[in-house]
Amino acid sequence: MEIGLFIPCYINQFYPEVAKATLKLLQKYGNVTYPLSQTCCGQPMANSGCEKDGVDALKVFYDNFKDFDYVVGPSASCVLHVREHGAHLYPTMAPMIDKVFDLTEFIYDVIKEKELQAEFPHKVAIHKSCHGLRGMRLGQCSERVTCDVSKQDVLVEQVTGVTLIQPKRADECCGFGGTFSVSEPDISVRMGTDRLKDYIESGAEYITSGDMSCLMHLDGIIQREKLPIKVIHLAEILASEINSTTTDKEKAYVNAV
Amino acid sequence: MSTQYKNHPAGAKAFNKNPERVSWHDKALWFVREKRDKATHGIPEWEELREIAAQIKAHTLSHLDKYLLQFEEQAQANGIHVHWAKDAQEHNDIVLSILQKHNVKNVVKSKSMLTEECSLNPHLNQHDIDVVDTDLGERIVQLAKEHPSHIVLPAIHKKKEEVGELFHEHLNTEKGATDPTYLTRAAREHLRDKFLQADAAITGVNFAVAESGGFVVCTNEGNVDMGANLAPVHIACMGIEKIIPKVEHLGVFLRLLARSATGQAITTYSSHFHKPKGGKEMHIVLVDNGRTEQLSRDDFRKSLNCIRCGACMNTCPIYRRSGGHSYTYTIPGPIGSILSPGKDLKKHSSLPFASTLCGSCSDVCPVKIDIHTQLYKWRQIIMEETNYDPAKKLSMKMAGKAMGNPKLFKMISKVGNTFLKGPRVLIYNPLNTWGIKRELPVPTQTFDDWYKKNNS
Repeated sequence: MEIGLFIPCYINQFYPEVAKATLKLLQKYGNVTYPLSQTCCGQPMANSGCEKDGVDALKVFYDNFKDFDYVVGPSASCVLHVREHGAHLYPTMAPMIDKVFDLTEFIYDVIKEKELQAEFPHKVAIHKSCHGLRGMRLGQCSERVTCDVSKQDVLVEQVTGVTLIQPKRADECCGFGGTFSVSEPDISVRMGTDRLKDYIESGAEYITSGDMSCLMHLDGIIQREKLPIKVIHLAEILASEINSTTTDKEKAYVNAV
Repeated sequence: MSTQYKNHPAGAKAFNKNPERVSWHDKALWFVREKRDKATHGIPEWEELREIAAQIKAHTLSHLDKYLLQFEEQAQANGIHVHWAKDAQEHNDIVLSILQKHNVKNVVKSKSMLTEECSLNPHLNQHDIDVVDTDLGERIVQLAKEHPSHIVLPAIHKKKEEVGELFHEHLNTEKGATDPTYLTRAAREHLRDKFLQADAAITGVNFAVAESGGFVVCTNEGNVDMGANLAPVHIACMGIEKIIPKVEHLGVFLRLLARSATGQAITTYSSHFHKPKGGKEMHIVLVDNGRTEQLSRDDFRKSLNCIRCGACMNTCPIYRRSGGHSYTYTIPGPIGSILSPGKDLKKHSSLPFASTLCGSCSDVCPVKIDIHTQLYKWRQIIMEETNYDPAKKLSMKMAGKAMGNPKLFKMISKVGNTFLKGPRVLIYNPLNTWGIKRELPVPTQTFDDWYKKNNS
């Protein structure tokens, strides 16, 4: 299986540990290639109302990834953008849309992983990113009367030592929202602060998510306010080594940011 | 009157100057959202019900002319006077002329966001007609000379202490009294007088039924019934999208409406009106005011499914933290943000951006309006057709170009990366909106560089 590794631009720049963990995880399942000339999915333009300005980014995406069996990235948000808007913004890429996957979705739906070999002995709360939850239906959202499987929960539960923590509000948005975070800074920060309070009060040591952008926003507040909680991408938990010491993982996390 | 903010960020900033109020407002509305969750989870077929409702609406909207004419015919046969208004001005003129014909001086009005949309009250006041809003929340905002901040809970932004003060000033309640039961009783007594004095009652309409020519108004306070049954003239004002084909369809919508709005199984009063009582008059005004234009827009037609339950407001994390008055339109929150650009694209251009596109509004909506998708689509139109946020427009154009050119993109990224490693005082400058209350990530070795070193 030929897998193209799609690393969102800000993860490449700021969170290389997330990309490394994703690579490591995917290498268990196939031959992984990281095309070095990839840039971005174009979502920032699209959500800002300038979707046409993002077409060139989609062209680059297509050129880099069109020949793989699967294209996998550690971001539901970026993947959702490609899926929802790729075909109408750049019709040439329509045939490849179904091959583009978010990492956790790929492991759950395509690989159907049942026994992840990983260990992370911590109390963890999963921040259900909106694009993963409501956009890709990765889990049961609190608004709907459905019985959707929460795929990320199922995967994290396979990790040895993890205690899953449920916050009071199961799936409220963190307030990042791309350019929303800078065009509506008051609300954005307030939303993030409220989410963090909920996660801290619920007793979680770590907030994890399939979307590093939510975590970047939350971590921005954590670092500024020196709050007693840490963020870590789901890929890092799912790829965490059995028997590696906690300090190693914390060191890896520190290196990442 | 309530302050009119120039855009949503300005209103949100003002509301957030009082963090305790934000907490309280958020919690009050989240409580309603949770009540709604409980009520909907008691209906195993909830999603099916939403789907049926959406289909009835889709069908009705594609045969709107037919059903409106059928309604007119049936209503007239029942003895109701039917009027057609193409816009707010015509609506106000029609209502005024009916009232003047009957020499009306005192009007009681209940729950009608449409008359807010049309600014009916000031129009009638100019012609020496006194209008009293009889819904408790609406009466509170009326006394405070404000507008409703929520379509179901008009005074949700007011604390009981503020209501106490307002009632002390206007209704002679004891100074400092904040007990909700006491205050409500005082309001009830005050409103009883108004009901008894009224020469006419104006009400909204939740559903008008084409096959019967009747209509249904839902309240929890019974004020519609009190007004309409006491006064000699009843004028019901409705947007033309409120029509449903059959009586049996009420069984779908009434189940959805109250559960979505407040978490009740059904509103306390779901009053059916079919014909005037002997010696009385009943009028209905069918108002377009931009609705047929919205109907003509393929991407936004579905917004006319709205049954005004307010669930999208209660669920919206931005609405809960910015308050209804931060929106530049009569109907605030997510639904208002997709209805308003069609009315005045420039004036309401900030509203579709007052969202993280989290999608909660679309999932909570009982009639399955794809609200967040429509927000996305309005954003595209706003950036294309208006001069909204020219700096963003330019930066997106430049970023888009760079992202189409891998070499250029990597070079710019490197420059940015180096800048972020620079002195803090340069990075956290006043232009850095992110950094006012948040740290930026600290760049280390990029994955590109690591991969080149380790995998090629």
